[in-house]
Order: sequence, then structure tokens, then C-alpha cells
Amino acid sequence: MAETVTMPKLGFDMQEGTLVRWVRTEGETVNKGDILAEIETDKATVEVESSASGIVRRLLVDQGEVVPIGSPIAIVGTKDEKIEVPSAAEASAPSVERAAASSTSPPARDGGAAPVVATAGHEALPTKASPLARRMAREANIALGRVQGTGPGGRITRKDIETTIAGGASRVADAGMSTEPSVRITPRNDATVPLSKLRQAIARRMTESKSTVPHFYVTHEYKVDSLLDLREQANSVLQADEKLSVNDFVIKATALCLREYPNLNSVFQGDQVLRRGAINVGVAVSVEGGLLTVVCKDADQKPVRQISAEVKAMAGRARSGKVHPDDIDGSTFTVSNLGMFDVEDFGAIINPPEAGILAVGSARQVAVVEKGEVRAGWRMKATIAVDHRVSDGAEAAQFMQTLAKYIETPLSLFL
Amino acid sequence: MNKKEMLELYHEMVLIRRLEERGAELYQQGKIGGFMHLYIGQEAVCTGLIAARQPNDRVITAYRDHGVAISCGISANEVMAELLGKATGTSRGKGGSMHMADTKRNFWGGHAIVGAHLPIAMGMALGDAYANRNNVIICMFGEGATNIGFFHEAVNMSKVWNLPVLWVCENNVYGMGTAVERASAVSSIATKARGYDMPSERADGMDVLHVYQAAKKAIEAVRAGNGPFLLELTTYRFRGHSMGDPERYRKQDEVKKWEQSDPIGIYRGYLLENKIAGVKALDEVDDLATHEVEKAVQFAEASPEPTLEALYENVYADG
Amino acid sequence: MAHITMREAISQALWEEMERDPSVFILGEEVGVWGGSYAVTKGFYDHFGPERVRDTPIAEAGIVGGAIGAALVGQRPVAELMTINFAFAAMDHIVNEAAKLHYMFGGQFTLPLVIRTVGGGGRQLGATHSQTPDAIFAHFPGLKVVAPGTPADAKGLLKSAIRSNDPVLFIEHATMYQVRGDVPEGDYTTPIGESKIQRAGKDVTIVTYSKGLEISMKASDQLAKEGVEVEVVDLRSLRPLDMGPVLESFRKTNRAVVVEEGWKSFGVGAEIASRIYEAAFDYADAPVKRVAQDEVPLPYNRTLEQAALPQVDDVLAAVREVL
Repeated sequence: MAETVTMPKLGFDMQEGTLVRWVRTEGETVNKGDILAEIETDKATVEVESSASGIVRRLLVDQGEVVPIGSPIAIVGTKDEKIEVPSAAEASAPSVERAAASSTSPPARDGGAAPVVATAGHEALPTKASPLARRMAREANIALGRVQGTGPGGRITRKDIETTIAGGASRVADAGMSTEPSVRITPRNDATVPLSKLRQAIARRMTESKSTVPHFYVTHEYKVDSLLDLREQANSVLQADEKLSVNDFVIKATALCLREYPNLNSVFQGDQVLRRGAINVGVAVSVEGGLLTVVCKDADQKPVRQISAEVKAMAGRARSGKVHPDDIDGSTFTVSNLGMFDVEDFGAIINPPEAGILAVGSARQVAVVEKGEVRAGWRMKATIAVDHRVSDGAEAAQFMQTLAKYIETPLSLFL
Repeated sequence: MNKKEMLELYHEMVLIRRLEERGAELYQQGKIGGFMHLYIGQEAVCTGLIAARQPNDRVITAYRDHGVAISCGISANEVMAELLGKATGTSRGKGGSMHMADTKRNFWGGHAIVGAHLPIAMGMALGDAYANRNNVIICMFGEGATNIGFFHEAVNMSKVWNLPVLWVCENNVYGMGTAVERASAVSSIATKARGYDMPSERADGMDVLHVYQAAKKAIEAVRAGNGPFLLELTTYRFRGHSMGDPERYRKQDEVKKWEQSDPIGIYRGYLLENKIAGVKALDEVDDLATHEVEKAVQFAEASPEPTLEALYENVYADG
Repeated sequence: MAHITMREAISQALWEEMERDPSVFILGEEVGVWGGSYAVTKGFYDHFGPERVRDTPIAEAGIVGGAIGAALVGQRPVAELMTINFAFAAMDHIVNEAAKLHYMFGGQFTLPLVIRTVGGGGRQLGATHSQTPDAIFAHFPGLKVVAPGTPADAKGLLKSAIRSNDPVLFIEHATMYQVRGDVPEGDYTTPIGESKIQRAGKDVTIVTYSKGLEISMKASDQLAKEGVEVEVVDLRSLRPLDMGPVLESFRKTNRAVVVEEGWKSFGVGAEIASRIYEAAFDYADAPVKRVAQDEVPLPYNRTLEQAALPQVDDVLAAVREVL
């Protein structure tokens, strides 16, 4: 009767071995106890004896093959008998059973349940978690995959979920915030907001601008001590609804400056540049759902007070949705001021078809060095973005220098 | 018995016969389900036997019980309704052919496990004796049932305790498909009574008056406190064991021979011969019986099915 | 309160009911002259006489069938089957007749009978005399099956069984007759079909009955010393089965062990576990564990027999597994 020799378990935790070398070949006689093969485990190479006597009828694995314990490796029988090559599962089950029986109590108590065959080929199991643990995880919005299971077989149990919840809460507590012992995470849902027409327009125009106009930027820090003083003085004699803002001065300064730099008050037209005659300063106004640019026409010719009143009125109309087409049409250069938001400086996107835009930050009291000494001074940064097809860094920088003349000596705005 | 009573015996037998024949038709039409065991040929047994009882004597039998139900006074309507499984049946549609009963008329079923009702019959006698009632338990069973252990236990205990049971064996020769001589050590069941030192008698079950006389004698003997009695009534069923029986175990010659001894025919002849009734009167009874059965079928078909709630009723008396 | 044995409690219930109701009578093997093979009916014969304490031949089908018949005609018989192993000889009458007659005949028949019997192993009586086939009888609608675990419950349940209008199988345990317990004075009944918390706890639920109650309580005492508080739910009735207290306990502890003396396969634990999963799946923090007899016929040899039967250690091991 042919006997199947299987990969022996040569160590407590051995799962598989490599058949390094067959010592006997097919057709050779072998006695029980003779060395049949050399097998390598992760600890050592071991000589393995044949468990049967007879002729080596078939060697079932090649040299160098890695074989799980209990798998058949050879068949030993008589010379002529018919042999059947066993499948891996058949031969492996009994030896696993024996292994299991030797380490646990007799199977009889367990009602004769079939032992689990621990051979290769098992599919990945879903996360092991008790029904209670699953429910708790669901309710606390915890992903089971993130929980370490400490139950039998690595099962996630109630304890593990409780630990996870407590761990999350304690991390938050460590950060110095006051929390309850276990934080309950509320799922935040996504929301869809349809684009307003204004937003769609901004999206379109800004994308067009940013992707077609080669922007470059120049930042300049202005001394605004005098400007602020002058403003204060002016506002002390003006009515409440006539008070001037810093931006009103900036608009006038920019407009005057543009007289000296007509190239920046222009439009790139492929093979030519159209220099605009009028200096119409666009003023960015934040409205609900977006941004509108109201236009102060001929700003260079208007006194600051008038600029202020016009911009105020147009901005008011813009914010209340009652803007006139004239209010937003015809801008040749834009000024955008985020000073009310405590912004140091920023870069704006040119409003096409203009050639530049001035982004104005906050007037801030900072430490400045004058005559080798550190003292407090008021500074305001502005950044010009320029269409490089029309102008270059030098011109832009010069513009910014000239602008300083007007901003830092504000009386010049009135002469 | 007076003429009226004697005519009533004839009526009863014909009614049972018509009921069984009509039942067979309905079964073949698929309106009756399960098993159905016809009493055709055995009418004289239940008719004569139960006519001999006092109203307070209890009757219990096996599954060939339609005729017994009629003899106990249950209406053809209720029997037919039970066959059709209707709520108006003897057992509210929950028992079927094999489990008819009416405790008000002292008919205690209708039992399907062969021989199992014998210890119960003995128990009823025990209970009645315990309460000092003066009634007799009439327990009917086939000869096949005398071979199962329950027979021995019941009969033995009835004798040991001197209980008022009349053990009535309807020996119709065949226990399903097995003839009595193939199944039983003794073919005459009355002989078995000797093993219990119990009085017994054997009578012709095809003759209703013989049955009546033998039964009357036996019942009174039992009532008198003489302990149990075994009455064997030899009879024959003209149809198979139950509907669908191909009857491979007997020859049709034998059936035809027994049909010569049709109990209804025998009794009809007797009544005519002794001028107790004329042909016209008997024919009228035949027609009446046919009519009664038709009305019963109509009643049954028009009756409601049990409700779905009835499924859960009567599992327990206490709930 | 009286402090009496299980035997005394059962005996008292019988005696008191026979005194109270003349339709109650006893029948069975050796119940009369011998005084009952477990001495439960000792003294009855002399007091109540041979009609009310009726010795029968060895004929289980006759005993149960006889009880059925007597019940049908208005008496309240208490039949005794010397052991539950002999009940198989009356199987037809128990499950086919007693359980079904009331239903099959549309409610016409009432069967106010009690079948008292004794089960359980542990006395080296061999396989055919040592079984706990309670689950088999509990399988049948129409029958009521009770198995008390304390003297108080035994007395109250037997009275209820005798007064019930339904057939009741009353299962005693062969090695619990001398178990002592407090029993209320005077007449009282314990309702059939109600489980009871015999010990309150919060860490794990043990569901059990009869002999299982005895070993579970011992295991619980041991576990209490280790800081584990076990809640022990005593079923008391197998049919009707009261899952209310079981589920309430399980929802609290999230883990359960069922302890029974019968075999695990197709047993009481199989039913309890199923019902727990059906009703309280999301409360399970561990699979329900069953402690039961080894799947072998019970052998004569004492060591082997004890090894096969559920012991306190088996309960301890099972509880530790689910914790």
C-alpha cells in the first residue's frame, strides 16, 4: 500500500519548509528511517527520514520548492502498484488535525467539529469584530480598520472600541482644550452651492486673465504717517458721511501716477498697445457672492473728496444690487484694497483688458529704523501686478517709486 | 327493538354507505386531502355496536372513523365539513378524516397511531371507575392493532385493575396490506383474550342484529363489574385500506365473494322477509340517505374555512 | 420559610394537592407499596390508599396512555415515569397523544395531566439510565416542560403543573433530591413559563436550569472571588421558554454561557443561543458559549462518567472564554 510522505513539522512554529535536496531519487529503494531529503527551515537545514519503506515511486516537489507543512512531498510504495497523487488539501488535513490534537483537549467535547485546515489558499477575512463592537463603532463613526482588536483571534471587542474612543478624547485633552472624556464625532456632510451669475463671470474672467496674461509683481512699502495725519485732519472737518478713507487717497495717487506712466494705463492688442487717454480707476468692491469693480472716471482730475463720494455711492449701489452699468464700465486700471482685513500685502489678478492692478495692504504700525534708531512708524505695503507684454519690472518699480512721492507726501495730491 | 328503531338501523347503515361513497368522489376530485379510510362493508359493526350502548358509554376508535361518528350521533354535515377541513367540522378542520370527535356525544375520536388509543381507552375507564361512574368504555380497533405493544399494555392493565372496557376488535382480515395470518400468531383475535384470562366472544360483523345482540350482552357484562371483555367482530372492507390503495394484496374474487355478504343487503333482506318494512319504505330511506349526504356536501362546501388565527388556537388549554 | 430538600418539596406539593383536590391521583411503577423509587411518595399509599396511589405494571405506554384517558374524563392524574430514560417507551403517548389531542379535536379534549420523571447522570448507571433528553420533549408544541432547580421552584411548579389544564412534563434530577433550599410556608404556586434571575451580576450571563443551576451557582461563587460578577438566569421552564430575563441580562453583560447536562448538539443551548442572536445580535461582544455533556453515551466507569458530565470547572473555563 503506497504511503504519502508529507512535509514534516520540524519546529514549534514552522509553517513551511524548503526542499533543498532530494537524497533519494525516483525508483530508488528506501527503508523507513533512511534519509530521504534535506529540508531547510528558517532556523536550519535538517535531514529528513522516510516514514515508509519501499520504492520511491514519485517525488512530488522540486528541489528548491517551498512547501507548507503537511503537504505531500513524495510517494513510497511497491514497484508496480497503482498510485494516486494526493491533492494538497487531503494530505494536509490529517496532519494539521494531529498537530491540533496534540496541543488542545480531545475533540470529543467539542461535538466532533471539523478542525480548521491551516493550509495555504485562504482568502482574506473581513475585519473580525463582535456585533456589539460593530454597532458601537458605527454609532461613534469610527472606522473598524483603525481599531486594534485584542479579543480572541484579534477580534475587535467592546473594550477595544471604548479604548479607541477614550484615546481620541485624551489626545484632544492633551492639546489643552477642554473636552468631555470621550469625544463624539459628528459627521459633516458635503453641500452643493450653485454658482451665481456674478461668480461665474468672475471665474471666467479671472481664469482668462491668469492663464493668458503674463503677470509679474512688484511690492513697495510706503511710509504713511503723513497720509494718515492728513486724513485725520481732513476728516475732523468733514461730515460723517463724507469722511475720507485711505483708499480714496490711494486712488488719487494712483491716477496721478498713471499720468506719468501711460504705458501702464493701456491695453495689449497683439501687435500694438492701446494707451488709454482717460484714467478711469476701477475700485474693487466686495459684494455678496463676489466682487464688483466700480469705476471712478477721470480720477486724476477729481479731488479726493469727489473721488471718495463717488466711490462711496457706487459701492453702496453695488452692494445693494442696484449698480448702474456706468458704475462698472470703462475701467483702465484697478486698485484693490484689503487693508480693512489686516493684510500685510497680496498679489491681485489683472482685470482684462487692463495692463495692471494695484493691491493695497493695511496701514500698520511697525518698528522702523531711522537714522540708525528703531522707532515706531506707519507703513503700508502695495503690490502692483503688471502685464509683462506691455511693461517690464523697471517701469513697474519706477511707477511704485513715483507713487511713493504722492502717498508719502500727500499734500502733493492737492497741488 | 321496535320497528322504528330497526328501520333506523337500516337508515344509519345506508347513510354511512352513501357518505363514504360521496366522500370517495370528493377525494378523487381533490377536495379532501390526506388519508381517508372508508368503512364500506363494515357498516353493521359500528351501527349494531353503538346502538347497544347507553348514552353515557364512551366510544373510541382508530382512524376508520366516519361510520363510528355517524353512529354516535354526529350529523353528516359535521362529518362532511371536517372532511373538507372547514371550521364547521367536528374538529373545526384541525383533525381531518382520521380525527373526528364529539365529546358531547361521547365519541372520543378518531386516532391515527395504531393501537395508541387503547391505553387511552383504558385510562378513560380508569378515570370513570375512579369517579364511580357506571359507564362502559367501548374501544374499537382493527386486528392489526392487537400485535402492537400498546394492545398488550392496555388490555393487561384493564384486566389487572378490573376496568369497565369493552375491547371491540373489527377483524376485517387485512391490516393495511397484510392478512391477519401473516401478522398475528393467532388469527382469531378472541383467542388472545385467554392470555389475560379475559372473557371474549366472536360474532359475525356483517349482520347488524348479531352485532347488536353480542354487543348488548358484552356491554352489560362489563357494566356489571365483571371487568374487561373482548368482542371480536368479523367483517370485511370492500374498498382498499385507504384511498389510493392499489389492493395488490388481495384478489378481486375474494372481494366479490364478500360483497355477497354486504351488510346492507343482508339487513334489507331481513327487514323485507320479516315484513318489518316494504320495498317502498326502504327505497325511501335510501333516497333520504342520498339526499342527506347531498345536503351535507352542500353544507360543507358552503361552510367557511378556518381563519388563519385558528392555526394558533387550542395549542394549550391554559394558554 | 422552611429549609427543606428537593425531595421533600416535591413530596409536599403532591401531598398538598392530593389533599386539596380529590381528582388528583398518582399512578406509576413502585409509587405505592414501595414508596417511590426515589422515595418521593413514601407514606402516600398508607394515607391515600391504593386507588389514589396506583402501582402499575411495567408498561410506560399504558401509564401515560392511562393518565391521558383519565384526564380526558375529568381526573387530574400525576403519572410517574421512573426515569426519563423510560419515557421513550411512552414516546408516542407523550408527544403524539398528550401534546396533540387538545389541538387536533378543535379544543374538545382537555388533558390536565402531569408526567413526573427523573433525568440526569452521575451515578454510574450506564448509558441507557443516565440521559438528559429534556430538549427532545421541549421540541413539541402542545406539551409543557418544566425542570426546577431549587426546592422552592420544585414545589411551586409542581403545584402549578397539577392545577394546569395542559399536559406537563415535570423533570426532576436524580442527583438533586437532597439539595436544600428555602421554601415559602403555606400554599403557593410558581408560574409555568417564567425564567428567574437566581443571582444578579453584571459581567456575564449564565443561562441554565436544573442540575446546571447547581454547578453554575458554585462557579459563580468562585468567580466572585476573582471579581467577576455572574448573572445566573434559571429557565425553570423549557416550554414555554421565557427569554425575557435572558435577553435583558444579555443586553447588560453582552456575553453568555449556557449550561446544560444534555448533549450540546440540538440541545437547550442551541435554542437559547439562536434566540439570543435573533433578538440581541448587536449586543454580542463574544459568541454564546455552551457547556454540555460530551458527545458520547455516558459510561459506567466513574472517572470517565465525571469527565463527560459538565462540571464546575467547565463552567469556569467557558465564562473565562467569553470575558
